[in-house]
Amino acid sequence: MSVLLIAEHNNKDLRPFTLNAATAASQIDADVHAVIIGQNSETAAKKLSELPVIKKVISIEAPHYENFTAENFAPAIVKLAENYSHIICSANTFGKNLMPRVAAHLDTSQVSDIIKVISPDTFLRPIYAGNAFATVKTNDTKKCITIRPTSFEPCESSGGTATIEKGQAGEEFSNTKFIKREEVKSDRPELGTARIVVSGGRGMQSGDNFKLITEVADKLGAAIGASRAAVDAGYISNDHQVGQTGKVVVPDLYIAIGISGAIQHLAGMKESKVIVAINKDGEAPIFSVADYGLEADLFEALPQFMEELNKLNTIQK
Amino acid sequence: MKILVAVKRVIDYNVQIRVKEDGSGVVTDNVKMSTNPPDDNAIEEAVKIKEAGKATEIVAITVGAEKAQETVRKALAVGADKGIHVKTEGVLEPLAVSKIINKIVEKEKPDLVFMGKQAIDDDCNQTGQMLSALLNWPQATFASNIEVKEKSLEVTREIDEGLETVEINIPAIVTCDLRLNEPRYASLPNIMKAKKKPIEEINVSDLGIDITPRVQQLKVEEPPKRKAGIKVANVAELVQKLKNEAKVL
Repeated sequence: MSVLLIAEHNNKDLRPFTLNAATAASQIDADVHAVIIGQNSETAAKKLSELPVIKKVISIEAPHYENFTAENFAPAIVKLAENYSHIICSANTFGKNLMPRVAAHLDTSQVSDIIKVISPDTFLRPIYAGNAFATVKTNDTKKCITIRPTSFEPCESSGGTATIEKGQAGEEFSNTKFIKREEVKSDRPELGTARIVVSGGRGMQSGDNFKLITEVADKLGAAIGASRAAVDAGYISNDHQVGQTGKVVVPDLYIAIGISGAIQHLAGMKESKVIVAINKDGEAPIFSVADYGLEADLFEALPQFMEELNKLNTIQK
Repeated sequence: MKILVAVKRVIDYNVQIRVKEDGSGVVTDNVKMSTNPPDDNAIEEAVKIKEAGKATEIVAITVGAEKAQETVRKALAVGADKGIHVKTEGVLEPLAVSKIINKIVEKEKPDLVFMGKQAIDDDCNQTGQMLSALLNWPQATFASNIEVKEKSLEVTREIDEGLETVEINIPAIVTCDLRLNEPRYASLPNIMKAKKKPIEEINVSDLGIDITPRVQQLKVEEPPKRKAGIKVANVAELVQKLKNEAKVL
Protein backbone atom coordinates (compact mmCIF):
# COMPACT_ATOMS: atom_id res chain seq x y z
CA MET A 1 0.00 0.00 0.00
CA SER A 2 1.41 3.40 -0.90
CA VAL A 3 0.00 6.86 -1.09
CA LEU A 4 0.15 9.14 -4.12
CA LEU A 5 0.26 12.84 -3.36
CA ILE A 6 -0.66 15.26 -6.13
CA ALA A 7 1.66 18.25 -5.81
CA GLU A 8 0.30 21.73 -6.34
CA HIS A 9 2.80 24.15 -7.81
CA ASN A 10 3.23 27.01 -10.26
CA ASN A 11 5.91 25.26 -12.41
CA LYS A 12 8.58 27.04 -10.36
CA ASP A 13 7.71 26.65 -6.70
CA LEU A 14 5.55 24.27 -4.75
CA ARG A 15 2.38 25.89 -3.53
CA PRO A 16 2.71 26.00 0.27
CA PHE A 17 -0.24 23.69 0.98
CA THR A 18 1.52 20.83 -0.82
CA LEU A 19 3.53 20.55 2.41
CA ASN A 20 0.36 20.22 4.50
CA ALA A 21 -1.02 17.60 2.14
CA ALA A 22 2.28 15.72 2.37
CA THR A 23 1.88 15.58 6.15
CA ALA A 24 -1.65 14.18 5.80
CA ALA A 25 -0.42 11.63 3.26
CA SER A 26 2.35 10.49 5.59
CA GLN A 27 -0.20 9.96 8.37
CA ILE A 28 -2.02 7.46 6.15
CA ASP A 29 1.08 5.48 5.19
CA ALA A 30 4.82 6.06 5.40
CA ASP A 31 5.31 5.14 1.75
CA VAL A 32 4.38 8.45 0.12
CA HIS A 33 5.10 9.10 -3.54
CA ALA A 34 4.33 12.44 -5.14
CA VAL A 35 3.38 13.26 -8.68
CA ILE A 36 4.13 16.65 -10.15
CA ILE A 37 2.52 17.49 -13.46
CA GLY A 38 3.49 20.64 -15.31
CA GLN A 39 5.65 22.23 -17.95
CA ASN A 40 9.26 23.20 -17.22
CA SER A 41 8.62 22.34 -13.60
CA GLU A 42 12.05 20.84 -12.80
CA THR A 43 12.77 23.28 -9.96
CA ALA A 44 9.45 22.53 -8.30
CA ALA A 45 10.08 18.79 -8.78
CA LYS A 46 13.47 19.19 -7.14
CA LYS A 47 11.88 20.95 -4.15
CA LEU A 48 9.32 18.19 -3.91
CA SER A 49 12.10 15.59 -3.79
CA GLU A 50 13.59 17.44 -0.82
CA LEU A 51 10.54 16.92 1.39
CA PRO A 52 11.72 14.18 3.77
CA VAL A 53 8.29 12.50 3.87
CA ILE A 54 8.34 11.86 0.10
CA LYS A 55 9.97 8.59 -0.96
CA LYS A 56 9.70 9.03 -4.72
CA VAL A 57 8.76 11.82 -7.11
CA ILE A 58 7.14 11.20 -10.46
CA SER A 59 7.49 14.14 -12.80
CA ILE A 60 5.26 14.41 -15.84
CA GLU A 61 5.86 17.20 -18.29
CA ALA A 62 4.09 18.37 -21.41
CA PRO A 63 3.09 21.76 -22.86
CA HIS A 64 -0.59 21.08 -22.20
CA TYR A 65 0.13 20.75 -18.46
CA GLU A 66 1.32 24.33 -18.19
CA ASN A 67 -1.96 25.67 -16.84
CA PHE A 68 -3.03 22.83 -14.55
CA THR A 69 -6.26 22.03 -16.39
CA ALA A 70 -8.08 19.18 -14.60
CA GLU A 71 -9.22 17.64 -17.89
CA ASN A 72 -5.54 17.16 -18.85
CA PHE A 73 -4.31 16.15 -15.39
CA ALA A 74 -6.94 13.54 -14.54
CA PRO A 75 -6.01 10.85 -17.13
CA ALA A 76 -2.31 11.09 -16.21
CA ILE A 77 -3.15 10.53 -12.54
CA VAL A 78 -5.60 7.74 -13.30
CA LYS A 79 -2.86 5.94 -15.22
CA LEU A 80 -0.57 6.10 -12.18
CA ALA A 81 -3.30 5.17 -9.74
CA GLU A 82 -3.11 1.42 -10.17
CA ASN A 83 0.01 1.29 -8.00
CA TYR A 84 -1.54 3.17 -5.11
CA SER A 85 -4.15 2.68 -2.41
CA HIS A 86 -4.71 6.38 -1.75
CA ILE A 87 -4.58 9.53 -3.84
CA ILE A 88 -4.24 12.73 -1.84
CA CYS A 89 -4.53 16.42 -2.65
CA SER A 90 -5.33 19.67 -0.85
CA ALA A 91 -8.97 20.75 -0.77
CA ASN A 92 -8.27 24.14 -2.27
CA THR A 93 -9.59 25.22 -5.66
CA PHE A 94 -6.88 23.19 -7.45
CA GLY A 95 -7.70 19.93 -5.65
CA LYS A 96 -11.44 20.54 -5.55
CA ASN A 97 -11.46 20.96 -9.30
CA LEU A 98 -9.24 17.98 -10.03
CA MET A 99 -9.82 15.17 -7.55
CA PRO A 100 -13.50 14.36 -8.29
CA ARG A 101 -12.59 13.99 -11.97
CA VAL A 102 -9.93 11.44 -10.96
CA ALA A 103 -12.28 9.70 -8.51
CA ALA A 104 -15.07 9.29 -11.06
CA HIS A 105 -12.64 7.78 -13.59
CA LEU A 106 -11.59 5.30 -10.90
CA ASP A 107 -15.20 4.68 -9.85
CA THR A 108 -14.35 5.77 -6.32
CA SER A 109 -16.46 7.77 -3.89
CA GLN A 110 -14.22 10.66 -2.89
CA VAL A 111 -13.85 11.80 0.71
CA SER A 112 -13.56 15.61 0.64
CA ASP A 113 -11.86 18.05 2.94
CA ILE A 114 -10.75 15.78 5.79
CA ILE A 115 -9.43 17.42 8.96
CA LYS A 116 -8.03 14.28 10.61
CA VAL A 117 -6.72 10.86 9.64
CA ILE A 118 -8.19 8.35 12.09
CA SER A 119 -6.96 5.27 10.25
CA PRO A 120 -6.07 4.56 6.62
CA ASP A 121 -9.75 4.18 5.76
CA THR A 122 -11.43 6.36 8.39
CA PHE A 123 -11.39 10.14 8.46
CA LEU A 124 -12.95 13.10 10.22
CA ARG A 125 -14.49 15.79 8.04
CA PRO A 126 -16.64 18.86 8.68
CA ILE A 127 -20.12 19.00 7.20
CA TYR A 128 -22.76 21.75 7.29
CA ALA A 129 -20.17 24.54 7.20
CA GLY A 130 -18.29 22.99 10.10
CA ASN A 131 -21.32 22.90 12.37
CA ALA A 132 -20.99 19.11 12.59
CA PHE A 133 -18.08 16.73 12.28
CA ALA A 134 -18.63 13.39 10.54
CA THR A 135 -16.46 10.33 11.04
CA VAL A 136 -16.52 8.45 7.74
CA LYS A 137 -15.09 5.12 6.66
CA THR A 138 -14.55 4.46 2.99
CA ASN A 139 -14.96 0.94 1.65
CA ASP A 140 -13.54 1.69 -1.79
CA THR A 141 -10.28 -0.12 -2.55
CA LYS A 142 -8.85 3.03 -4.07
CA LYS A 143 -9.34 6.02 -1.87
CA CYS A 144 -9.44 9.56 -3.24
CA ILE A 145 -9.04 12.02 -0.39
CA THR A 146 -8.78 15.82 -0.29
CA ILE A 147 -7.44 17.33 2.89
CA ARG A 148 -8.15 20.65 4.57
CA PRO A 149 -4.67 22.16 4.52
CA THR A 150 -5.04 24.28 7.63
CA SER A 151 -5.83 21.18 9.69
CA PHE A 152 -2.42 19.64 9.01
CA GLU A 153 0.99 21.12 9.80
CA PRO A 154 3.31 21.65 6.84
CA CYS A 155 5.99 18.96 6.61
CA GLU A 156 9.73 19.67 6.76
CA SER A 157 10.84 21.19 3.48
CA SER A 158 14.45 20.12 3.31
CA GLY A 159 16.73 17.18 3.92
CA GLY A 160 14.93 14.67 1.71
CA THR A 161 16.56 13.01 -1.26
CA ALA A 162 13.76 11.24 -3.10
CA THR A 163 14.48 9.98 -6.58
CA ILE A 164 12.79 11.83 -9.44
CA GLU A 165 11.36 9.54 -12.06
CA LYS A 166 9.92 10.68 -15.37
CA GLY A 167 6.30 9.73 -15.94
CA GLN A 168 4.48 9.43 -19.21
CA ALA A 169 2.37 12.33 -20.39
CA GLY A 170 -1.17 11.69 -21.56
CA GLU A 171 -2.99 13.15 -24.52
CA GLU A 172 -4.25 16.70 -24.58
CA PHE A 173 -7.94 17.29 -23.86
CA SER A 174 -8.81 19.56 -26.73
CA ASN A 175 -12.25 20.79 -25.64
CA THR A 176 -10.96 22.97 -22.82
CA LYS A 177 -8.75 25.94 -23.58
CA PHE A 178 -6.99 27.98 -20.94
CA ILE A 179 -7.31 31.69 -21.69
CA LYS A 180 -5.82 33.60 -18.77
CA ARG A 181 -5.24 33.77 -15.06
CA GLU A 182 -5.50 37.02 -13.15
CA GLU A 183 -3.57 36.62 -9.93
CA VAL A 184 -3.77 39.34 -7.38
CA LYS A 185 -0.18 40.13 -6.46
CA SER A 186 0.52 41.37 -2.99
CA ASP A 187 3.47 41.79 -0.68
CA ARG A 188 1.33 40.80 2.26
CA PRO A 189 1.34 37.29 3.73
CA GLU A 190 -0.91 34.78 2.01
CA LEU A 191 -4.37 34.61 3.52
CA GLY A 192 -4.26 30.84 3.96
CA THR A 193 -1.02 30.79 5.94
CA ALA A 194 -0.83 34.23 7.63
CA ARG A 195 -0.25 34.43 11.39
CA ILE A 196 -2.65 37.37 11.65
CA VAL A 197 -5.71 38.04 9.48
CA VAL A 198 -7.64 41.32 9.51
CA SER A 199 -11.04 40.95 7.83
CA GLY A 200 -13.69 43.44 6.83
CA GLY A 201 -17.38 42.93 6.19
CA ARG A 202 -20.38 44.81 4.92
CA GLY A 203 -19.91 47.25 7.80
CA MET A 204 -16.97 48.74 5.91
CA GLN A 205 -19.59 50.37 3.64
CA SER A 206 -17.25 50.88 0.68
CA GLY A 207 -14.15 49.62 -1.04
CA ASP A 208 -12.47 52.90 -0.17
CA ASN A 209 -12.98 52.33 3.51
CA PHE A 210 -11.04 49.07 3.23
CA LYS A 211 -7.93 51.25 3.42
CA LEU A 212 -8.60 51.38 7.17
CA ILE A 213 -8.22 47.58 7.17
CA THR A 214 -5.14 47.79 4.94
CA GLU A 215 -3.45 50.17 7.38
CA VAL A 216 -4.01 47.84 10.32
CA ALA A 217 -2.93 44.82 8.27
CA ASP A 218 0.27 46.57 7.18
CA LYS A 219 1.01 47.56 10.74
CA LEU A 220 0.57 43.98 11.96
CA GLY A 221 2.09 42.22 8.95
CA ALA A 222 -1.28 40.59 8.47
CA ALA A 223 -3.22 39.19 5.54
CA ILE A 224 -6.50 40.80 4.55
CA GLY A 225 -9.72 38.82 4.62
CA ALA A 226 -13.33 39.64 3.86
CA SER A 227 -16.82 38.31 4.32
CA ARG A 228 -18.80 37.21 1.29
CA ALA A 229 -21.02 40.27 1.70
CA ALA A 230 -18.00 42.55 1.27
CA VAL A 231 -16.82 40.67 -1.83
CA ASP A 232 -20.33 40.58 -3.31
CA ALA A 233 -20.62 44.33 -2.77
CA GLY A 234 -17.40 44.78 -4.75
CA TYR A 235 -15.39 46.25 -1.85
CA ILE A 236 -12.59 43.73 -2.43
CA SER A 237 -11.66 40.87 -4.78
CA ASN A 238 -12.83 37.27 -4.39
CA ASP A 239 -9.44 35.85 -3.39
CA HIS A 240 -9.91 37.52 0.01
CA GLN A 241 -13.13 35.73 0.88
CA VAL A 242 -13.14 33.71 4.10
CA GLY A 243 -15.94 31.22 4.69
CA GLN A 244 -17.73 28.05 3.70
CA THR A 245 -17.29 28.67 -0.01
CA GLY A 246 -14.15 30.81 0.30
CA LYS A 247 -10.97 30.11 2.21
CA VAL A 248 -10.62 28.48 5.59
CA VAL A 249 -8.09 30.28 7.77
CA VAL A 250 -6.64 29.32 11.14
CA PRO A 251 -4.38 32.22 12.14
CA ASP A 252 -3.10 32.96 15.66
CA LEU A 253 -5.16 36.15 15.56
CA TYR A 254 -8.28 36.86 13.49
CA ILE A 255 -9.71 40.37 13.68
CA ALA A 256 -13.25 40.63 12.28
CA ILE A 257 -14.28 44.20 11.58
CA GLY A 258 -17.82 45.10 10.63
CA ILE A 259 -18.62 41.43 10.07
CA SER A 260 -21.90 40.23 11.55
CA GLY A 261 -20.85 36.57 11.55
CA ALA A 262 -23.15 34.54 9.29
CA ILE A 263 -22.83 30.76 9.70
CA GLN A 264 -21.07 30.67 6.32
CA HIS A 265 -18.40 33.14 7.45
CA LEU A 266 -17.83 31.47 10.82
CA ALA A 267 -17.16 28.23 8.92
CA GLY A 268 -14.01 29.79 7.53
CA MET A 269 -12.48 31.30 10.65
CA LYS A 270 -13.84 29.91 13.90
CA GLU A 271 -10.87 27.60 14.44
CA SER A 272 -8.57 30.66 14.69
CA LYS A 273 -6.63 30.70 17.96
CA VAL A 274 -7.71 34.17 19.10
CA ILE A 275 -10.69 35.96 17.59
CA VAL A 276 -11.41 39.66 17.95
CA ALA A 277 -14.68 41.17 16.79
CA ILE A 278 -15.35 44.86 16.35
CA ASN A 279 -18.97 45.58 15.54
CA LYS A 280 -21.47 48.22 16.54
CA ASP A 281 -24.28 45.70 16.84
CA GLY A 282 -23.81 44.09 20.24
CA GLU A 283 -26.11 41.24 19.24
CA ALA A 284 -24.11 40.28 16.14
CA PRO A 285 -23.41 36.50 16.03
CA ILE A 286 -19.69 37.16 15.52
CA PHE A 287 -19.49 37.95 19.25
CA SER A 288 -20.48 34.36 20.08
CA VAL A 289 -17.15 33.09 18.75
CA ALA A 290 -14.99 36.11 19.70
CA ASP A 291 -12.50 35.86 22.55
CA TYR A 292 -12.48 39.65 22.70
CA GLY A 293 -15.47 41.61 21.51
CA LEU A 294 -15.59 45.37 21.17
CA GLU A 295 -18.98 46.90 20.62
CA ALA A 296 -18.10 50.08 18.79
CA ASP A 297 -18.39 52.04 15.58
CA LEU A 298 -15.53 50.74 13.46
CA PHE A 299 -14.89 54.15 11.95
CA GLU A 300 -14.04 55.42 15.44
CA ALA A 301 -12.43 52.22 16.68
CA LEU A 302 -10.03 51.58 13.81
CA PRO A 303 -8.15 54.91 14.01
CA GLN A 304 -7.89 54.41 17.79
CA PHE A 305 -6.69 50.87 17.21
CA MET A 306 -3.93 52.19 14.90
CA GLU A 307 -2.97 54.73 17.53
CA GLU A 308 -2.72 52.08 20.25
CA LEU A 309 -0.74 49.80 17.97
CA ASN A 310 1.66 52.64 17.24
CA LYS A 311 2.18 53.04 20.96
CA LEU A 312 3.35 49.45 21.22
CA ASN A 313 6.91 49.29 20.07
CA THR A 314 7.25 45.55 20.18
CA ILE A 315 5.15 44.68 17.19
CA GLN A 316 6.85 42.19 14.96
CA LYS A 317 6.49 42.54 11.30
CA MET B 1 -29.54 24.82 -27.20
CA LYS B 2 -30.83 22.83 -24.28
CA ILE B 3 -29.64 23.31 -20.69
CA LEU B 4 -30.05 20.74 -17.93
CA VAL B 5 -29.81 22.22 -14.44
CA ALA B 6 -29.37 20.04 -11.37
CA VAL B 7 -30.84 21.22 -8.08
CA LYS B 8 -30.62 19.74 -4.58
CA ARG B 9 -32.87 20.14 -1.57
CA VAL B 10 -30.89 21.00 1.56
CA ILE B 11 -31.45 22.46 5.01
CA ASP B 12 -31.97 26.19 4.52
CA TYR B 13 -28.74 28.16 4.74
CA ASN B 14 -30.05 30.28 7.59
CA VAL B 15 -30.86 27.36 9.86
CA GLN B 16 -28.47 26.60 12.70
CA ILE B 17 -28.30 22.82 12.36
CA ARG B 18 -28.52 20.45 15.33
CA VAL B 19 -26.69 17.15 15.67
CA LYS B 20 -28.85 14.17 16.68
CA GLU B 21 -28.15 12.90 20.16
CA ASP B 22 -27.45 9.37 18.95
CA GLY B 23 -24.74 10.64 16.60
CA SER B 24 -26.50 9.27 13.53
CA GLY B 25 -26.74 12.57 11.66
CA VAL B 26 -28.31 16.00 11.91
CA VAL B 27 -31.93 16.79 12.72
CA THR B 28 -33.97 17.31 9.54
CA ASP B 29 -37.50 16.82 10.88
CA ASN B 30 -39.45 20.08 11.04
CA VAL B 31 -36.46 22.02 9.74
CA LYS B 32 -36.83 24.57 6.95
CA MET B 33 -35.53 23.17 3.66
CA SER B 34 -34.64 25.07 0.48
CA THR B 35 -32.79 24.76 -2.77
CA ASN B 36 -29.03 24.60 -2.33
CA PRO B 37 -28.04 28.30 -2.78
CA PRO B 38 -25.58 28.03 -5.71
CA ASP B 39 -28.11 25.78 -7.51
CA ASP B 40 -30.37 28.85 -7.56
CA ASN B 41 -27.56 30.66 -9.38
CA ALA B 42 -27.36 27.78 -11.86
CA ILE B 43 -31.07 28.06 -12.65
CA GLU B 44 -30.88 31.83 -12.87
CA GLU B 45 -27.99 31.67 -15.34
CA ALA B 46 -29.82 29.19 -17.53
CA VAL B 47 -32.91 31.42 -17.54
CA LYS B 48 -30.83 34.47 -18.44
CA ILE B 49 -29.24 32.60 -21.34
CA LYS B 50 -32.68 31.56 -22.56
CA GLU B 51 -34.00 35.11 -22.21
CA ALA B 52 -31.06 36.29 -24.31
CA GLY B 53 -32.28 33.97 -27.05
CA LYS B 54 -29.31 31.64 -26.79
CA ALA B 55 -31.11 28.64 -25.31
CA THR B 56 -34.41 27.09 -26.24
CA GLU B 57 -35.19 24.76 -23.37
CA ILE B 58 -34.30 24.43 -19.69
CA VAL B 59 -34.81 21.15 -17.89
CA ALA B 60 -34.46 21.09 -14.08
CA ILE B 61 -33.53 17.82 -12.46
CA THR B 62 -33.35 16.70 -8.86
CA VAL B 63 -32.47 13.39 -7.29
CA GLY B 64 -33.91 12.42 -3.94
CA ALA B 65 -36.92 11.58 -1.85
CA GLU B 66 -40.51 12.73 -2.48
CA LYS B 67 -40.07 16.25 -1.14
CA ALA B 68 -37.00 16.95 -3.27
CA GLN B 69 -39.52 17.72 -6.00
CA GLU B 70 -40.16 21.11 -4.33
CA THR B 71 -36.81 22.30 -5.69
CA VAL B 72 -37.78 21.34 -9.23
CA ARG B 73 -41.12 23.10 -8.80
CA LYS B 74 -39.28 26.22 -7.69
CA ALA B 75 -36.97 25.99 -10.72
CA LEU B 76 -40.05 25.77 -12.96
CA ALA B 77 -41.43 28.88 -11.27
CA VAL B 78 -38.34 30.93 -12.15
CA GLY B 79 -38.19 29.80 -15.75
CA ALA B 80 -37.35 26.13 -16.30
CA ASP B 81 -39.61 24.51 -18.90
CA LYS B 82 -39.73 20.96 -17.68
CA GLY B 83 -38.76 19.01 -14.59
CA ILE B 84 -37.30 15.59 -13.87
CA HIS B 85 -37.40 13.96 -10.47
CA VAL B 86 -35.32 10.83 -10.02
CA LYS B 87 -36.76 9.20 -6.94
CA THR B 88 -34.40 7.66 -4.43
CA GLU B 89 -34.44 6.80 -0.75
CA GLY B 90 -31.56 6.84 1.69
CA VAL B 91 -28.03 8.14 1.45
CA LEU B 92 -26.81 9.40 -1.92
CA GLU B 93 -23.18 10.08 -2.62
CA PRO B 94 -21.99 12.54 -5.27
CA LEU B 95 -20.64 9.63 -7.34
CA ALA B 96 -24.12 8.07 -7.40
CA VAL B 97 -25.76 11.39 -8.28
CA SER B 98 -23.31 11.94 -11.12
CA LYS B 99 -24.06 8.46 -12.46
CA ILE B 100 -27.79 9.17 -12.30
CA ILE B 101 -27.45 12.51 -14.08
CA ASN B 102 -25.18 10.84 -16.63
CA LYS B 103 -28.08 8.51 -17.50
CA ILE B 104 -30.45 11.41 -17.81
CA VAL B 105 -27.99 13.25 -20.06
CA GLU B 106 -27.97 10.23 -22.39
CA LYS B 107 -31.73 10.50 -22.63
CA GLU B 108 -32.27 14.27 -22.67
CA LYS B 109 -29.17 15.15 -24.71
CA PRO B 110 -28.61 18.63 -23.27
CA ASP B 111 -25.85 20.84 -24.63
CA LEU B 112 -24.97 22.20 -21.22
CA VAL B 113 -25.35 20.97 -17.65
CA PHE B 114 -25.31 23.58 -14.89
CA MET B 115 -25.32 23.05 -11.13
CA GLY B 116 -24.07 24.70 -7.94
CA LYS B 117 -20.41 24.27 -7.17
CA GLN B 118 -21.04 22.72 -3.79
CA ALA B 119 -23.98 21.56 -1.68
CA ILE B 120 -24.06 23.31 1.66
CA ASP B 121 -25.05 20.17 3.58
CA ASP B 122 -22.33 17.61 2.84
CA ASP B 123 -19.90 20.28 1.50
CA CYS B 124 -18.45 17.70 -0.91
CA ASN B 125 -17.92 19.81 -4.06
CA GLN B 126 -17.73 16.77 -6.36
CA THR B 127 -20.84 16.10 -8.48
CA GLY B 128 -20.19 18.42 -11.43
CA GLN B 129 -16.57 17.35 -11.84
CA MET B 130 -17.54 13.67 -11.57
CA LEU B 131 -20.26 14.07 -14.16
CA SER B 132 -17.80 15.75 -16.54
CA ALA B 133 -15.44 12.81 -16.09
CA LEU B 134 -18.18 10.27 -16.82
CA LEU B 135 -19.25 12.17 -19.94
CA ASN B 136 -15.70 13.14 -20.88
CA TRP B 137 -16.95 16.70 -21.27
CA PRO B 138 -15.05 19.86 -20.37
CA GLN B 139 -15.72 21.31 -16.93
CA ALA B 140 -15.71 24.92 -15.78
CA THR B 141 -15.99 24.89 -12.02
CA PHE B 142 -16.66 27.78 -9.59
CA ALA B 143 -17.97 30.00 -12.38
CA SER B 144 -18.53 33.68 -11.64
CA ASN B 145 -19.13 34.78 -15.23
CA ILE B 146 -20.31 32.97 -18.35
CA GLU B 147 -20.22 34.27 -21.90
CA VAL B 148 -22.05 32.16 -24.44
CA LYS B 149 -20.33 31.98 -27.80
CA GLU B 150 -21.19 30.16 -30.98
CA LYS B 151 -20.01 26.68 -30.02
CA SER B 152 -18.35 27.33 -26.71
CA LEU B 153 -18.56 29.14 -23.40
CA GLU B 154 -16.02 31.53 -22.02
CA VAL B 155 -16.12 31.09 -18.27
CA THR B 156 -14.45 33.06 -15.50
CA ARG B 157 -13.61 30.79 -12.59
CA GLU B 158 -12.93 31.89 -9.03
CA ILE B 159 -9.71 30.28 -7.87
CA ASP B 160 -7.64 30.73 -4.71
CA GLU B 161 -5.17 33.04 -6.44
CA GLY B 162 -7.79 35.23 -8.12
CA LEU B 163 -9.61 34.61 -11.39
CA GLU B 164 -9.06 32.22 -14.27
CA THR B 165 -10.72 32.28 -17.68
CA VAL B 166 -11.24 29.15 -19.76
CA GLU B 167 -13.01 28.46 -23.01
CA ILE B 168 -14.91 25.20 -23.06
CA ASN B 169 -16.50 23.64 -26.11
CA ILE B 170 -20.14 22.67 -25.95
CA PRO B 171 -21.31 20.17 -24.68
CA ALA B 172 -19.94 21.12 -21.27
CA ILE B 173 -20.53 21.24 -17.52
CA VAL B 174 -20.47 24.41 -15.47
CA THR B 175 -20.57 24.53 -11.67
CA CYS B 176 -21.75 27.88 -10.42
CA ASP B 177 -20.45 30.20 -7.75
CA LEU B 178 -22.75 32.41 -5.69
CA ARG B 179 -21.33 35.47 -7.42
CA LEU B 180 -22.42 34.36 -10.89
CA ASN B 181 -25.67 36.32 -10.69
CA GLU B 182 -28.48 37.46 -8.43
CA PRO B 183 -31.20 34.78 -8.42
CA ARG B 184 -34.66 36.20 -8.97
CA TYR B 185 -37.70 35.48 -6.87
CA ALA B 186 -40.57 33.62 -8.43
CA SER B 187 -43.61 35.84 -8.92
CA LEU B 188 -46.99 34.56 -7.76
CA PRO B 189 -48.38 34.18 -11.30
CA ASN B 190 -45.27 32.22 -12.29
CA ILE B 191 -45.60 29.99 -9.24
CA MET B 192 -49.19 29.26 -10.34
CA LYS B 193 -48.08 28.62 -13.91
CA ALA B 194 -45.29 26.33 -12.71
CA LYS B 195 -47.88 24.03 -11.19
CA LYS B 196 -48.99 23.16 -14.70
CA LYS B 197 -45.52 22.46 -16.05
CA PRO B 198 -44.63 18.78 -16.42
CA ILE B 199 -42.39 16.92 -13.97
CA GLU B 200 -41.31 13.50 -15.15
CA GLU B 201 -40.86 11.03 -12.30
CA ILE B 202 -38.30 8.29 -12.70
CA ASN B 203 -37.55 5.53 -10.21
CA VAL B 204 -33.83 5.18 -9.75
CA SER B 205 -34.20 1.38 -9.93
CA ASP B 206 -35.25 1.78 -13.58
CA LEU B 207 -31.93 3.38 -14.51
CA GLY B 208 -29.94 0.21 -13.90
CA ILE B 209 -27.09 1.72 -11.93
CA ASP B 210 -25.58 0.78 -8.61
CA ILE B 211 -25.92 3.61 -6.11
CA THR B 212 -24.96 1.69 -2.99
CA PRO B 213 -22.98 4.04 -0.73
CA ARG B 214 -19.24 3.34 -0.58
CA VAL B 215 -18.59 5.58 2.38
CA GLN B 216 -20.08 4.74 5.74
CA GLN B 217 -20.89 7.58 8.09
CA LEU B 218 -19.87 6.13 11.44
CA LYS B 219 -20.70 9.08 13.63
CA VAL B 220 -21.78 12.71 13.50
CA GLU B 221 -20.88 14.93 16.41
CA GLU B 222 -20.84 18.56 17.40
CA PRO B 223 -17.56 20.33 16.85
CA PRO B 224 -15.67 21.35 19.98
CA LYS B 225 -17.18 24.51 21.44
CA ARG B 226 -15.13 27.65 21.80
CA LYS B 227 -15.01 28.88 25.33
CA ALA B 228 -16.95 32.04 25.93
CA GLY B 229 -15.10 35.27 25.30
CA ILE B 230 -15.40 38.66 26.93
CA LYS B 231 -16.44 42.11 25.84
CA VAL B 232 -13.90 44.84 26.29
CA ALA B 233 -14.85 48.41 27.08
CA ASN B 234 -12.59 50.23 24.66
CA VAL B 235 -9.78 49.96 22.14
CA ALA B 236 -7.05 50.54 24.74
CA GLU B 237 -8.28 47.61 26.80
CA LEU B 238 -8.50 45.45 23.67
CA VAL B 239 -4.89 46.12 22.71
CA GLN B 240 -3.69 45.53 26.28
CA LYS B 241 -5.54 42.18 26.41
CA LEU B 242 -4.15 41.11 23.05
CA LYS B 243 -0.65 41.98 24.14
CA ASN B 244 -0.58 40.83 27.74
CA GLU B 245 -3.26 38.14 28.04
CA ALA B 246 -3.52 36.52 24.60
CA LYS B 247 0.07 37.45 23.76
CA VAL B 248 -0.63 37.70 20.05
CA LEU B 249 0.74 41.20 19.46
